[in-house]
Amino acid sequence: MWFWKLNCLVDSKAIGFRTMDFELMHHQEEFRELIESFAAKEIAPYADLWDERGEFPLDTILKLGELGAFGITFPEEFGGLNLEFSTLCIAIEELAKVDSSVAITLSAGVGLGANPIFSFGSQEQKMRYLPSMCEGKALGAFGLTEPDAGSDAGATRTKVRLDEKTNEWVISGSKAYITNSGTPITSVITVTARDEDGVSTFLVPSGTPGLVVEPSYRKLGWHASDTHGLSLDEVRLPYENLLGAKGRGFAQFLSILDDGRIAIAALALGLIEGCLAESIEYAKTRNAFGGPIGRYQAVAFMCSDMATKASAARHLVYHAAWLKDNSKPYKQAAAMAKLFATEAAVEVSRSATQIFGGAGFIEGNAVARHYRDAKILEIGEGTSEIQRLVIARSLGLPQK
Amino acid sequence: MKIAVCVKQIPDPAAPAKMDANYNLARDTKLIMDESDSYGVEMALQLVDKAGAGEVVLFSMAPGEEVSGLRNALAMGAHRAVLISDPRLAGSDALSTAKVLAKAIGRESFDLVLAATESSDGYTGTTPVQIAELLDLPSVTFAKGIEVKGESLIVARQTEAGFDEIEVPTPALVTVTAGVVEPRYPNFKGIMAAKSKPVEKLSIDDLAFSPDSVGASGARETITSIRPAESRGAGTVVVDEGDGFAKIIEYLESLKVI
Ligand SMILES: Cc1cc2nc3c(=O)[nH]c(=O)nc-3n(C[C@H](O)[C@H](O)[C@H](O)COP(=O)(O)OP(=O)(O)OC[C@H]3O[C@@H](n4cnc5c(N)ncnc54)[C@H](O)[C@@H]3O)c2cc1C
Repeated sequence: MWFWKLNCLVDSKAIGFRTMDFELMHHQEEFRELIESFAAKEIAPYADLWDERGEFPLDTILKLGELGAFGITFPEEFGGLNLEFSTLCIAIEELAKVDSSVAITLSAGVGLGANPIFSFGSQEQKMRYLPSMCEGKALGAFGLTEPDAGSDAGATRTKVRLDEKTNEWVISGSKAYITNSGTPITSVITVTARDEDGVSTFLVPSGTPGLVVEPSYRKLGWHASDTHGLSLDEVRLPYENLLGAKGRGFAQFLSILDDGRIAIAALALGLIEGCLAESIEYAKTRNAFGGPIGRYQAVAFMCSDMATKASAARHLVYHAAWLKDNSKPYKQAAAMAKLFATEAAVEVSRSATQIFGGAGFIEGNAVARHYRDAKILEIGEGTSEIQRLVIARSLGLPQK
Repeated sequence: MKIAVCVKQIPDPAAPAKMDANYNLARDTKLIMDESDSYGVEMALQLVDKAGAGEVVLFSMAPGEEVSGLRNALAMGAHRAVLISDPRLAGSDALSTAKVLAKAIGRESFDLVLAATESSDGYTGTTPVQIAELLDLPSVTFAKGIEVKGESLIVARQTEAGFDEIEVPTPALVTVTAGVVEPRYPNFKGIMAAKSKPVEKLSIDDLAFSPDSVGASGARETITSIRPAESRGAGTVVVDEGDGFAKIIEYLESLKVI
């Protein structure tokens, strides 16, 4: 297994020349191995059961929290490790090889739950929410999408007003498809809401009167991930629950989504690799017409294409992460990584189920689950169309 | 409580093994911590946690600069490690290994020395008790649990029928059976912290061994031949035709277990 050695040119400098580096840093390889063995022992044996039951695997998420996965990118003062974003991507990728639902719980917990608070919160807000999130004992959620505002998230209809008598914000509206919003450890949901100043974001602690977490959706995939609609009926919040500057909500969520896109791309990469490994194994061991099906070019070439897509996705994902870690512009790279990796994930999971034949259509088979889990990747955190829009903009094409 | 834990670093059992002409396992690949030793590490950490204070020190004899297995145990929480590495140790037998480890451990005083019952690669199961003998320590093997009672330890020693409870004065050497505790996952913080934990490297000169007393030249065991273990025969298939329960009872009775 090879990777880019992100952020680290020290070794090559020491021997007198600089070269592009495509390897993992030492601690990244150690983390990768840790997550790999955790996934093999604690997730793989149960993934199908959780999927079938639509069960959020709370105990496993708490154990993943004990490993420190939720705190990778945050500073030590909040209980994090202050490490690279690319290291978080590695953890998400490893989990997604086995179970997309667990991977999205981590990805959304960090990217949509904790990241807005870390990026825009006051010191007090950070101290209140981040330590338990970094430990994986609490999850945050980000309520941006609404029944009538998805890709066009700036069209938020949820309303906010300030009750000047009590100095409280009063929020009413509804949100749709919010990940991690109804788990037993969800501590706070960041919601966007509008008034005459535009869109702002607010911290709504779980259990706030007026906040109703609707029953779980029946989803095509991600069955073990927690997703709910929310309704907010005159939800009252103290003034200090405003997150960041008033009226900056639009800019805030755009920047949050840029990070999230790289993470979703890493998740797609993991899913691709999971499908590839399953397919190679099956192509070697499944016999038809007197020998393994992998001897047929039709099957072998599907595997070749999968491996090539995995490699291309890997480069896009870790290049985008590398740009971010090095404080270089990464908006375009993030959109490209998400666009390519997620579309490749859908294609690869389709080929994998094809290689498995009838067995690929039967629940209990990991590739069947991967096939169902892949589709959302082209939709969440910006659809493929929106990624193409972002890329087109970055190419300087006319907007109107 | 100060505990020494012997940790063997072995070639990854999941990778195909290579052997040289003398039937020695090639150890020039990446080595990992022998899973058998992770139970001793876990037990040591639990004992120190329970005692409220103490130190867990790892001892390993391994070729080259190999520390990845030690790092793993340090990431679990062990405090420091001692690596004895010397090209002149190549070809050591169990006794040579025991001499080297005993000498290294004997430089300090410990309340307890822990080792695995046997390693997963060599499986001789003789090194720990030889260390005990060389250090003049009492030894208890096949432990499934250890409790501290004043200046002694109460060791639950596994037997065919159950377990014996053995009281042994400290310092002592105890071998831990695989699977008796759940080794913790090292966490990310532990992995980062392990990078700055001390790993002392010793040569045979540091331990004042003459080169002919250890390694291949000091070995008294030689491996004369090896052959694959016999594969297990197929089990008996009992078909349940409504009387499966009775058949199981009958079978267990024939084994005289019930
Ligand atoms: C399982 C799951 C989890 C989710 N988690 C969260 C979460 O935690 N937080 C959150 O806020 N949201 C979440 N979402 C919502 C998700 O981000 C949105 O569904 C997504 O952004 C698409 O929005 P939409 O569903 O309203 O589709 P629409 O915006 O209505 O899009 C419908 C179609 O029109 C296309 N389209 C729209 N605008 C354009 C355009 N300008 N150009 C070209 N094509 C366009 C889209 O690409 C799509 O094909 C989640 C969704 C799911 C299913």
